[in-house]
Amino acid sequence: MKRQTLVCLFSFLLNGVCLASNGYEYPIVDPLAATVIGTPKAYMAPLPKNIHRMERTVVVFPDRKVNSFIPRNTLSYSLVSQQHKAPLVFSISGTGASHRSTKMRLLEKTLYKAGLHVVSLPSPTYGNFIATASTTQVPGHTVHDSEDLYRVMEAIFEQIRNEVDITEFYLTGYSLGGAQAAFVARLDEERKVFNFKKVLMINPPVNLFNSVSILDRLLEDNIPGGLDNFSAFFNDLMDEFSKVYTKLENVDFNDDFLYRIYENSQTAIDISRVSATIGMSFRISSANMIFFSDIVTGGGYILPKNHQLHNTESTTNYFKVASRISFTDYFDERFYPFYKKQNASLTRESLMENTSLASIADYLRSSNKIAVVHNEDDIILAPGEIDFFRNTFQSRAQIYPRGGHCGNIAYKDNVDYMVRYFNSQGD
Amino acid sequence: MMNTPVVIHHCLLICLSACFSFLLGCSALPEKSANETPALHPIHSVVRDEVSYPIDVYDPWEGFNRGMYRFNAGFDRYVFLPVVSAYALLTPDIVENSISNFFNNLFELNNLGNAILQLKPKAIAQTTGRILVNTTVGIGGLFDVATKLGIYEHDEDFGQTLGHYGVGDGPYIVLPLLGPSNLRDMTGNIGDSLTFSAVDPLNLDDHGKREVGFHLLNAIDRRHRIAFRYYDSGSPFEYELTRMLYTRKRELDIAR
Repeated sequence: MKRQTLVCLFSFLLNGVCLASNGYEYPIVDPLAATVIGTPKAYMAPLPKNIHRMERTVVVFPDRKVNSFIPRNTLSYSLVSQQHKAPLVFSISGTGASHRSTKMRLLEKTLYKAGLHVVSLPSPTYGNFIATASTTQVPGHTVHDSEDLYRVMEAIFEQIRNEVDITEFYLTGYSLGGAQAAFVARLDEERKVFNFKKVLMINPPVNLFNSVSILDRLLEDNIPGGLDNFSAFFNDLMDEFSKVYTKLENVDFNDDFLYRIYENSQTAIDISRVSATIGMSFRISSANMIFFSDIVTGGGYILPKNHQLHNTESTTNYFKVASRISFTDYFDERFYPFYKKQNASLTRESLMENTSLASIADYLRSSNKIAVVHNEDDIILAPGEIDFFRNTFQSRAQIYPRGGHCGNIAYKDNVDYMVRYFNSQGD
Repeated sequence: MMNTPVVIHHCLLICLSACFSFLLGCSALPEKSANETPALHPIHSVVRDEVSYPIDVYDPWEGFNRGMYRFNAGFDRYVFLPVVSAYALLTPDIVENSISNFFNNLFELNNLGNAILQLKPKAIAQTTGRILVNTTVGIGGLFDVATKLGIYEHDEDFGQTLGHYGVGDGPYIVLPLLGPSNLRDMTGNIGDSLTFSAVDPLNLDDHGKREVGFHLLNAIDRRHRIAFRYYDSGSPFEYELTRMLYTRKRELDIAR
């Protein structure tokens, strides 16, 4: 125990030296912990508190059928507008997240601070989007999903153009939303509805399927005895949680709860436990997406084909099944066969390649309006993938030494950078 | 002429009983369609009896509960949230905070009673301290001075007291308007509100209108403080995820 504490202290001191040298003081050194905890309050950039956000809905496919399980055909988004003439930015959420997820709200405030009108959109992998705005309803295909996003943006622009005074259009997104932003920008070169002047990708994956396999493995490799023992793992986790929760009496489940645990843990954090927790969170997102897609496309994958879910029917057993299906399984059993039906010559490899940023590297290299913010230690990147951004974007890549996957999105330096980027004149 | 609170009360009762009798007919069991064929990953290929799943919570009235969950979601969307956002729009933040503090301070009585029942000396001392400080220096509870002085709130309710003495969860129940609960916590709620009306610190018993206002404002203030939005998770499994989180969170609160 003592030795561990010493090691911690030593690495903390060493780290202190590193901090002094590069000046980036985001406090969480471990990339997995950073991913889970995010930015502790004391390190957050000051952001506007009371912004007037309007929850809106838009109908993308008026003829799309609704049923008792999915009762509406409207897509939800939010709008925050400036009182004056300003650029409008579309902001795209990450995997499985809505337009009002925690990160989207932080991003919304940042963009508002930069003086922009902000439209926040859910991810094409989010249930409401799959049901109401996705053409194929088999999400994950960056090219198709970006076409869907473009259609949504057009519909929203129609809806708000008379009430918001817009000078020009910008685009951003985090995680999967970051990668989609690049594809949307490229599509816009042909369609020219928005003529985006600035595009900022935040912690995007290079190859979606590399990233997803990493997240799949975080869960599968870190539950002692395999997924059948998940329950034991989960109970241990809850016990640990309970101990800390009991000890820290004045702590509630607010934003800093996890950071307080991190700060207060006497021993080094259990990396495999944190890994499994991230894997679990991703697995729930992917189970949501896969089952939702299965319901709206008529079943056959998890739901019996042609089975009509009635609105008080238990779905708990389907959850148990869905949570055992990795994204890689989904890719092989559902996603690839679906797109192969449309194009018989499609191979597994070419499908992965076509949906990766590498497939549009030339465009990204030559397009000065696109920039990227990333972290050296982002956990969703395979070894060496960070260099793709360095090489492709050169001076347009802002790469921070720490932060894990989007953990530093609200950190002072990051927010300052984003505000500066969207505020700067010209290219 | 009947007075308004009584009319509201009667209408509510009629609505709720109609809704109850409808929901009692709800079933959680699947109905097989004629042309159904098995899925690629059928349930029986994965789910095994000897494996335990954290998502499972004892829920024998699942059909009813799911119906109630949908009813609550609709009520929230079309009635509750519009009222809450009007309230948020009309009331300055400082007033909202004072209202929250006021209710918190009143219901510290429940915290205190349950801390005593559970024989938790620190919670008893701090809760007593909070009531004294906030009622006096905090001007009748409008300001939470105690927290600023480092005297923290100890959330205790009768459901937790029952849990503390070993009473199990019982069946999961989704209560009309109030949402997720279980037999133990529902009993706890009833216990707490009976105690509160017996103590009746605001003398509401003699003022029917004031009582309705009190409960309405309390409900609005509570909803205002809860960030949860129905169907926001975008998950087709929101019902079971909420059920699991509720159950686990209560376990943590009881252990504390």
